[in-house]
Amino acid sequence: MTKPKVGFYWCASCGGCEEAVVDLHEAILDVVAAVDIVFWPCAMDFKRTDVEAMADGELAVCFINGAVRTSEQFEMVELLRRKAGVVIAFGACAQSGGIPGLANFTSKAAILANVYEDTRTTVNPHKTYPQATVQVPEGTLTLPVLDETVRALGQAIPVDYYLPGCPPPAKLIADAVGAILAGTLPAPGSVLAPNVGVCHECTRKETKPEKMLVTQFKRPHQVLIDPAQCLLAQGLVCLGPDTRSGCGAACPAGNMPCTGCLGALDQVRDFGAKALSGLASVLDAGEDAAIDAGLAGVPDPAGTFYRYSLPASELFAKLPE
Amino acid sequence: MSDTPAFEPRIVAFFCNWCTYTAADLAGTARLTYAPNVRVVRIMCSGRLDPQFVVTALRQGADGVLIGGCHPGDCHYQEGNYKMLRRFHLLKRMLKQFGIDDQRVRLEWISASEGDKVQRVINEMVAQVRDLGPLALVGKPTPHPDASEKHAAA
Amino acid sequence: MSETMQSAEPRVGVYVCHCGINIAAKVDIAAVVEFAKTLPYVIVVRDYKFMCSDPGQELLQQDIKELGLNRIVVASCSPLMHEATFRHATEAAGLNQFYFQMANIREHVSWVTADKALATRKSQALVSAAVRRVVLNEPLEHQKVPVKPNVLVVGGGIAGIHAALTLANAGKQVTLVEREPTIGGHMAKFDKTFPTLDCAACILTPKMSMVRSHPNITMLTYAEVVGVEGYVGNFTVKVKKKARYVHEELCVGCNECVEACVYKEGRFTDTFNEGLSKRKPVYMPFPQATPSVVLIDPESCIELKTGKCKKQCATACTRNAIDFTMTDEIVALEVGAIIIATGFQTFDATRIPQYGYGKFPNVYTSLEVERLVNASGPTGGEVQLRDGSTPKRVGIIHCVGSRDEKTNRHCSRVCCMYSLKLAHLIHERTDAEVYNLYIDMRTPGKGYEEFYDKLLKEGVNFIRGRAAEVTDWTVTPEEEGKLVIRAEDTLIGVVRRIPVDMVVLSVGLEAHADADEVRRLFNISCSKEGWFLERHPKLAPVSTFTDGIFIAGACQGPKDIPDTVAQAGAAVAEALALVDRGFVELEPNTAFITKELCSGCHTCIAMCPFSAIRYNKEAGVAEINPALCKGCGTCVAACPSGAAQQHLFTDEQIFQEIEGVLNYV
Repeated sequence: MTKPKVGFYWCASCGGCEEAVVDLHEAILDVVAAVDIVFWPCAMDFKRTDVEAMADGELAVCFINGAVRTSEQFEMVELLRRKAGVVIAFGACAQSGGIPGLANFTSKAAILANVYEDTRTTVNPHKTYPQATVQVPEGTLTLPVLDETVRALGQAIPVDYYLPGCPPPAKLIADAVGAILAGTLPAPGSVLAPNVGVCHECTRKETKPEKMLVTQFKRPHQVLIDPAQCLLAQGLVCLGPDTRSGCGAACPAGNMPCTGCLGALDQVRDFGAKALSGLASVLDAGEDAAIDAGLAGVPDPAGTFYRYSLPASELFAKLPE
Repeated sequence: MSDTPAFEPRIVAFFCNWCTYTAADLAGTARLTYAPNVRVVRIMCSGRLDPQFVVTALRQGADGVLIGGCHPGDCHYQEGNYKMLRRFHLLKRMLKQFGIDDQRVRLEWISASEGDKVQRVINEMVAQVRDLGPLALVGKPTPHPDASEKHAAA
Repeated sequence: MSETMQSAEPRVGVYVCHCGINIAAKVDIAAVVEFAKTLPYVIVVRDYKFMCSDPGQELLQQDIKELGLNRIVVASCSPLMHEATFRHATEAAGLNQFYFQMANIREHVSWVTADKALATRKSQALVSAAVRRVVLNEPLEHQKVPVKPNVLVVGGGIAGIHAALTLANAGKQVTLVEREPTIGGHMAKFDKTFPTLDCAACILTPKMSMVRSHPNITMLTYAEVVGVEGYVGNFTVKVKKKARYVHEELCVGCNECVEACVYKEGRFTDTFNEGLSKRKPVYMPFPQATPSVVLIDPESCIELKTGKCKKQCATACTRNAIDFTMTDEIVALEVGAIIIATGFQTFDATRIPQYGYGKFPNVYTSLEVERLVNASGPTGGEVQLRDGSTPKRVGIIHCVGSRDEKTNRHCSRVCCMYSLKLAHLIHERTDAEVYNLYIDMRTPGKGYEEFYDKLLKEGVNFIRGRAAEVTDWTVTPEEEGKLVIRAEDTLIGVVRRIPVDMVVLSVGLEAHADADEVRRLFNISCSKEGWFLERHPKLAPVSTFTDGIFIAGACQGPKDIPDTVAQAGAAVAEALALVDRGFVELEPNTAFITKELCSGCHTCIAMCPFSAIRYNKEAGVAEINPALCKGCGTCVAACPSGAAQQHLFTDEQIFQEIEGVLNYV
């Protein structure tokens, strides 16, 4: 019996998701034994033509990480969608835009101006910008075009499953691979992580006060963090209550508030708006001035609540100037 | 005269059952005419207002959102309006980061007897949002139907 | 998600009401009907003149049976008006009543929109929202909660007295709370009542003593409600009994202590007599006070202020009823219903300085004159000026603090009639020439116009015109030493100067200055003027927006004694309907938590002002007690994971409604 063929691809991402695959450690050997990795540009030398040569649907599963921002990324994910039976959006960027998705708070023009003109280390007196096509004596050179906005993978191509996280926790990856090999994947469209918040598995859960009320939100550098007590109860902006679990509450265990990388639960439509609601609700302040003072510890609400999910949010991007 | 019809804002209002919704009923009983641009969604208490409702309304085509609750201290459920007020403060700050004008999302305390205030606030807000023009959110890529449909068809 | 979807495919019927021409004149009904037919899941759309009528209800009931409808939308008036009607109709046809949704196209559309095309569009959007929402509705059951049988009546004026007695006669245990040291209210200060001129005391004091002696009534005077918790059928009320420094159960009202007081004469303002006489620190509010118990005013009593009095009062009391160590006391009550009958206050005449009240001694308020003409008043019923002389000419100025843009816009309803009564009494007792200066005579009551007629024949003078001022600036010899009322007589078109010895200001009725605090205490609403707001001005005149709390008498708006008593009776009927049924059905719009989705983050627990949410340590999740949940949904909005939802107001239902109202056609 031939082994199922598997591909990995990356779009707008940091490479951490690739690391996460390697972080399976010895378990990766079982994966390699069970499947045939036929496309993984980060780790092995494959060309686009290798993929194009495949029959449609020949890839059993393709894991794609990263958001979609360039014409090249879009071409590749469309190609992989055709070739793959199952596409898994791998990691926060593919699932909901991730950190690259924060670029939707600015415009393409502003990004290019910043990179090619405004940064202090840039010297560009002729205002030379990258062009999609350039004629040189040897012929035509092409570069991918930067899209106006960042898209989550599911906003570019149909996606079968989502494996969340920044990066996805090793256990969730192993479980997903196990489910693929055993043929026990849940209903298509599912997120391959528990549909319950991070608090559920947080070691600090039992220290929560009966009434969770905070008079002042604080940033981590402003407070000596109690290593045992619930971080939210200490006034820290911990998004554990809002965020899907599956990570073993690794950040709170490391004295770091949850920043929401595993994303929204199934029944939440807009992660940021819901997280904002939950956080502001526990503020124990009545009058306008007290409310504003208490919320001063959240200086950048949009960045805080949409850190990993701006393209997937209802508002999607900042209004054009 | 322009060919395109003048811009008429669409505003979704979330009114609490006990004060502002009742006030809107009173405005009706008193035949206080006001701009027809506001569509009211009744919630039991302004404390039920989830910021998700606001961003959803804006994404679904609202040019503005009006929230109406009982005056501070008058909440039928004691302090739901205060709970909402906390979210509202943070939400307003966040919407500003999205470049959404302050006047598009408005909170008003309107008691059950203030039918005239419903009329005034709605007329005022419709005029303001009309001046601001349509809310031109960046089009959100239609999320692809997840492959579930493809699978189901197969 | 699929959890809220019903197994059977939704089959929606939409019914558009004309409400006579209330809706049909402003909304193109046919266009709404055609639009509704295009909406998903809609099987049938009909319109009818009056959907709330029997034939209207039968329309949808027949369709449920014959077309197999399983969702109903009625586009008509406000759900606060007829939601219950249509829910019952739905239920009667065999469908769960919560498979019903209403679109408010009357109060929110036809009555408030000028343009017919726009009103039609708005109606279509609201119908679209209701259809989308009803598809997600779930079958629910009302929760039945037992009702406590006892009733609290707040306010011991004629409204509260009548309410308490009627309830007690029906066999209910009633607690009557009165802020003053005696019950009786304003009526106890009056001499006669209009238009029959029967003696107020003769009809009121027997009722007061019945209250005292009725085995089913507990009377708490000199007491105020300070806390109300709970909900319809199950209120816990805290009442503060202010210290009287006299043990009520020991005092027999002999007044020996008052006689013995170190003050030989009264030195302090007697509020019952409107300040027209003085009382001692230890006093009986008035001879027929109920309970017939003295009290000591800590503001003026030497012993209570300094601890250095001979305490002759205590010595004089043979029953040792006086106790200077007494303190305020809190009494807790458990009641099923509350009737609020806190009455009114009269307008402060100093707010209209041109009438000279407080400046000219012989300018009186009508309430002061009520005491002057009262046989048990400070002058024994003699109408006297401050110097003891009898007035020969008296001017009564109507509408002082009523029908006035600068003070109160409302008509106080009783002033015309009590002014006629006072005119009659003054004329009868002093033979004085009496002038009534009025804007309009308003006498719409049984026997009222006839009384006015009688006064006209008695020779009382009537001048139609609002008085401009009362002045002591005299210009002619006959004005010398008198007060002059300047007014335009609009019937003859001249400005007149009327010299009088006594001016009576017919002060209007106002809501109590602390009405706002009182209504907050009971969680009810009031109008801008401070009158407590009835649930519906016509159909629920004694109910409030808080179930189980009823209002009676002038706290709801100015009214005379017959109307007050009638309203008190109506409030009693409503309260009895509630407590005699023995249980209440609560709207099942409670919040609930799906435990598999709950991470136990604790956010919701502090949201609930009713302590309905607790953390289940074993399960690691929060749980909502539906019996305590009142359905505000605050915890639902706060729940960071969407695990908490609210019946009838789920996130998904509201999202659908948002999309529906934005469905502009």
